[in-house]
Amino acid sequence: MRFLFELMMSFFKIGAFTLGGGYAMVPLIQEEVVENKGWIDETEFLNIIAIAQSAPGPIAINTAVFTGYKLRGITGAVFATLGAVLPSFLIIIVVATFFLSIKDSSVIKRAFMGIRPAVVALIVYSVVKMLKSNGVKGLALLIPLLSCMGIVLLNLHPILIIILAAISGIAMTTAKKAEIEE
Amino acid sequence: MELPLKLMYIFMKIGAFTLGGGFAMIPLIQNEIVDKNKMIDEKEFLNMIALAQSVPGPMAVNMAAFVGYKLAGIPGAVFSTVGAVLPSFIIIIVVAAFFLMIKDAPLVQRAFMGIRPAVVALIVYSVVRLVKSNDVKGYAFIIPVLACLGIVFLNMHPVLVIVLAAAAGLIFFRGKSGEKGKSVDE
Repeated sequence: MRFLFELMMSFFKIGAFTLGGGYAMVPLIQEEVVENKGWIDETEFLNIIAIAQSAPGPIAINTAVFTGYKLRGITGAVFATLGAVLPSFLIIIVVATFFLSIKDSSVIKRAFMGIRPAVVALIVYSVVKMLKSNGVKGLALLIPLLSCMGIVLLNLHPILIIILAAISGIAMTTAKKAEIEE
Repeated sequence: MELPLKLMYIFMKIGAFTLGGGFAMIPLIQNEIVDKNKMIDEKEFLNMIALAQSVPGPMAVNMAAFVGYKLAGIPGAVFSTVGAVLPSFIIIIVVAAFFLMIKDAPLVQRAFMGIRPAVVALIVYSVVRLVKSNDVKGYAFIIPVLACLGIVFLNMHPVLVIVLAAAAGLIFFRGKSGEKGKSVDE
């Protein structure tokens, strides 16, 4: 029970500071779940993001469900998800109750003009950490390059990128094995 | 059907088909809530989007809680949020159970050796888009640079970086809020 509560609090913290949408929560989850608590390692974290990205729904929620399930089954998933959703829920209720006109949110808007550029830095830093700890080097460096080209030039869907990358991962390692066997 | 249950059903449909999360679901919500069921008018809906993206948390959850609360109070908010989250929850549980079963298979491990670097690229690309769509120019360029310095040299916690950046935004952009009223269409 204590662990479940700890799990919920961790995702509560993550949910409360997930600002800027999309991958903005990646650095926070990384800091809390991977580095602080050591519940999952860096490699597994990237696996989870790949899966979270390929399923419908917000990445923050998907990651919470997956991590909770991995650590404590369905109960863990429920507590982690509750933790991730609760801050948004409470804040929205408060905002919806007191919100009078769009002008009132100008202070929030200004704060966000500072937050968004900082989130950029946070995400970049966590990408650097991921690259380091996942030993992306040699041939594997081709994959992020090709993926970038696929997204920018061909406008490929993220899920298609993940499927193509899976195939190249298998092909690459098959080639490597053949090399060793020769 | 009672309103909270109807809202739950609507947001379940939306949650089940929102791949990629975030803004992908805005047109879907609009179609269901504004166009089809006429629960909220267009203008109010736009205001709600602007507000939902100014508070922490995933857009999908924020919008569900917001629309639900507006239409049916706390029960509406609870049912809508549960509806929005449930499809992800069920899908991820199924996928996770399956993945944890097969993750040690050599073929799966090899596939993920390709997937991990690609995910890194996807994240980097989202950063590029973030920089492009959110006027990170002029003064604002100082913020990511300072944030990097803070993380690397002072080992700051991400939450502290976010709080400091919010403060910097308030100080830097004093009096500029009017011109930023367009953030609805981001």
